[in-house]
Amino acid sequence: MLTEKQTSVDLAKLTGLLKTIMLPLIGLVLFIGLWNAMAKNIDTSLGQFPGTAAVWEQATVLVDEHYAQKNKATEFYERQQKRNAERVAKDPTYQPKIRAFTGAPTFFQQIWTSLYTVMVGFIMASLIAVPLGILCGLSKSSYAAINPLIQLFKPISPLAWLPLVTMVVSAAYVSDDPMFSKSFITSAATVALCCLWPTLINTAVGVSSIDKDLINVSKVLRLNPIQHVLKIVMPSSIPAIFTGLRLSLGIGWMVLIAAEMLAQNPGLGKFVWDEFQNGSSESLARIMVAVLTIGIIGFILDRLMLQLQKWVSWDKSATLR
Amino acid sequence: MILAPIAVVIGSTSLHAQEVGYPEKEELKFGFIKLTDMAPLAIAYEKRFFEDEGLYVTLEAQANWKVLLDRVIDGQLDGAHMLAGQPLGATIGFGTQADIITAFSMDLNGNAITVSNDIWKQMKPHIPHENGKPVHPIKADALKPVIDGFKNAGKPFNIGMVFPVSTHNYELRYWLAAGNIHPGYYAPHKGDTSGQINADALLSVTPPPQMPATMEAGTIEGYCVGEPWNQQAVFKGIGVPVVTDYEIWKNNPEKVFGVSKKWAEENPNTHIRVVKAMIRAAIWLDENNNANRPEAVKILAKSAYVGADAEVIANSMVGTFEYEKGDKREVPDFNVFFRYNATYPFYSDAIWYLTQMRRWGQISEQKPDSWYKDIAKQVYRPDIYAQAAKALIAEGKASAKDFPEFATETGYKPAQKHFIDNIVYDGTQPNAYLDKFNIGLKGSTKL
Repeated sequence: MLTEKQTSVDLAKLTGLLKTIMLPLIGLVLFIGLWNAMAKNIDTSLGQFPGTAAVWEQATVLVDEHYAQKNKATEFYERQQKRNAERVAKDPTYQPKIRAFTGAPTFFQQIWTSLYTVMVGFIMASLIAVPLGILCGLSKSSYAAINPLIQLFKPISPLAWLPLVTMVVSAAYVSDDPMFSKSFITSAATVALCCLWPTLINTAVGVSSIDKDLINVSKVLRLNPIQHVLKIVMPSSIPAIFTGLRLSLGIGWMVLIAAEMLAQNPGLGKFVWDEFQNGSSESLARIMVAVLTIGIIGFILDRLMLQLQKWVSWDKSATLR
Repeated sequence: MILAPIAVVIGSTSLHAQEVGYPEKEELKFGFIKLTDMAPLAIAYEKRFFEDEGLYVTLEAQANWKVLLDRVIDGQLDGAHMLAGQPLGATIGFGTQADIITAFSMDLNGNAITVSNDIWKQMKPHIPHENGKPVHPIKADALKPVIDGFKNAGKPFNIGMVFPVSTHNYELRYWLAAGNIHPGYYAPHKGDTSGQINADALLSVTPPPQMPATMEAGTIEGYCVGEPWNQQAVFKGIGVPVVTDYEIWKNNPEKVFGVSKKWAEENPNTHIRVVKAMIRAAIWLDENNNANRPEAVKILAKSAYVGADAEVIANSMVGTFEYEKGDKREVPDFNVFFRYNATYPFYSDAIWYLTQMRRWGQISEQKPDSWYKDIAKQVYRPDIYAQAAKALIAEGKASAKDFPEFATETGYKPAQKHFIDNIVYDGTQPNAYLDKFNIGLKGSTKL
C-alpha cells in the first residue's frame, strides 16, 4: 500500500519536475541546435553568421574589455590627480576638481544606461497614465474627451516621435550645467510617449468595470471621492492596472532600443548600431550578444513586474502568468 | 563651476608665442564618423596629447554627417571631425545655416571611388592594359559607355556619396565630369536639393559605413567614400576601387576639425589647446616615414573608433592601396596627416570647395571673387592655427621648419596642377577657374 502510494507521489513529482525543468530545457536545446545548424548555412559578406561558440567567445571578450577599461579609468584618475597637484603647485588659488573618465562606455555600462533610461521613461509614463486612466474610468465624459486622443496617439511608432522629441528637447532644455544629458532626456521622453497607452487603456477599462456591488457599498458608506478611489477603485482595478504596466514596460524596452539606434543615444541600441557600422568580422557575433542580452533583460523586467503584481494584488489565488 | 583661469592675453600679431592660458572648458566631447581620417582625434586621445593640454576629451562616434553637424550646432558636441565642405556649406546656408569655423585641417587625400564587380566587368574592356594590369589612373571615360548602356536600357545609374557638401560629392562629380558624364545640378533657389538636374549619373547620400552594404544590396552601382570602406569592398569581394582621390587631385585637402563660432569665441584658450594636441597627433602619425602607422592601425581597429578589421584599415594606412583583388599598388601618400602642411587651413582650399559648390549649383548665383575670399576668411582660421603652432614650437614639441612661414604666409597655395583633367587651379581667381570647365555652371548662368 505504502510503496504504491510512494511511487505515485514520486511519479507526480517526476512529471512536475519534467514540466518545470525538462520541457523548457528541451525547447532551449532545440533552439540552440537549430541556430547552429542555420548559422552554418548563412554566409554574409562579413563571414559566416555567428554560431553559439562565436557568440560565447565575444561575450567573454566584452567582459575582458570591461575590466580593461576599468583599469584604464584607474590610471586616468591617477594621472589627473598628478596633473591637478602640479597645477596647484603652480597656482595655489586653483581648486582642483576631478573629471569623469573619458573612455568609451563598455558593454555593461551601456546596459546600465539603457536600464536606467527605460525605468525613468516608464515611471514618467506611469505617473501620467494611471491617474488619467482612473479619471477616464470614473467619468464617462472625460473618457469620451480623451478617447480620440488615445486612439490617435497609440499606434505611433517611436521612430516618428523621435525627430520631434529631439528637436523639442534641444530647444527647450537649455542649461549651462545640465543635470541630465539631452540624449538621456530624448530617449526617456520617447519611451514615455510610447509606453503611456497600454497602462492608460487598461486602467480605464479596469476602473470602469468595477463590480456594481462595490460601488453600492461605497455609496452606502458615503465615502468621499478620494476615499472612494483609494478604498474601492484602486484595490479592485489593481490587476488591470498591472496588466497595463507590464505591457507598457515591454513596449518601453523595445522602443528604447530602437530610439537609441536611431538617435545614437548611449545604451544598448547604440552598441548594436556601432557594431553594425564597424563591419568587422566579429561584429555580427557582438551584435548577437547584445540581442540575447536585450531579450534576457526584457524577460527579467517582465518577471519583476509579475512579482510586483503578485505582491500588491489582493486576490492571491488568481493565476498570473 | 569653472574657476576663472589666470588670463594670459594672446597677441596673434606678436612674433613671440606666449604661453597659452588655462582652458576655459576642460571637459569636452568631440564627434567623429567611423573613418580612418579621424585618426588625429584618436591619437591625440590615446597618446594623451589632449590630457597634456589639460583637456579631458570624450570621443563619440556619430551616425551620419547630418547628425554630427546638428550636434555641433546645438552644443551637444564641442567640436567634430567634419567634411571640409560642412563649415563652408553651413556658413553660406546650404542645408543648415550656422556659423562653423575651422582652424585645423585633418588630412590630405584618403578617399576613393569604388564600383560594383558587375560595373567593373563592363568597364574593363575600355581600360588600356599594360603587363596584364589596368593602367592607372582610370578615367571616367571608361565608365561612359557603361552609363550609356544603362541609359539605353532605361535604367538609372545610381552612385553613392556621403553628404551634399562632402569632398566625396565634389571629387566624384569632378571625376565623372572629366569623363564627360554629367553628374547633375542642384537648384536650391527652386527647392531642388537632390542635385540630379540634367544628370547622367544619379548621386545620392549614403552614410560612409553603410556604403558596402548598400552597394551589395544593389541600391547603388558604386560610391565615393573614405577609408576603410573602399578596402572593405575589396576585402568582401563585392567591388573594385577604380580611382583614388590622390589621382583625381594630388594632395587634396580632406576633413577639417570644425567648431561653432560661438564656442570658439567663448573658449579661445581651449580651442588653441585642442589644435595643439591635434597638431602633435598629426606629427606623430607621419613621423619617421609613417613608422607609427602600424600602431595607429591597431588603435583605429578598436571598436570605439573605426572598428573595422585591422588588416582592412592597414591596407590604406601603411602606404599601399589594393585595387582589384590582388592588384596592390604603392600609394605612399594615400593618407597624409602632417607633411606638405596638411594641417594648415589654407584659404585656397576653402575657395576650391566654394568653386565646386558654385559649379554644381549649390551656390545658385554668380559671386564676385571677393565674396569667395571673404567666406574663406570667415570660416578658415589660420590665425588660431598659428597660435597653436607657435606655442608648440616654444615648448619644443615641434620645429618651426615643419610649418609655413607664419609672418609671410598668405593662405593661398601657388597655382595647383595635378588634377585628372590637367586643369590648373589658382585660388586667387575662383571665377576664372570656373570658366575652364566644360561641364558646370559659370559666369552668370542660373538654372
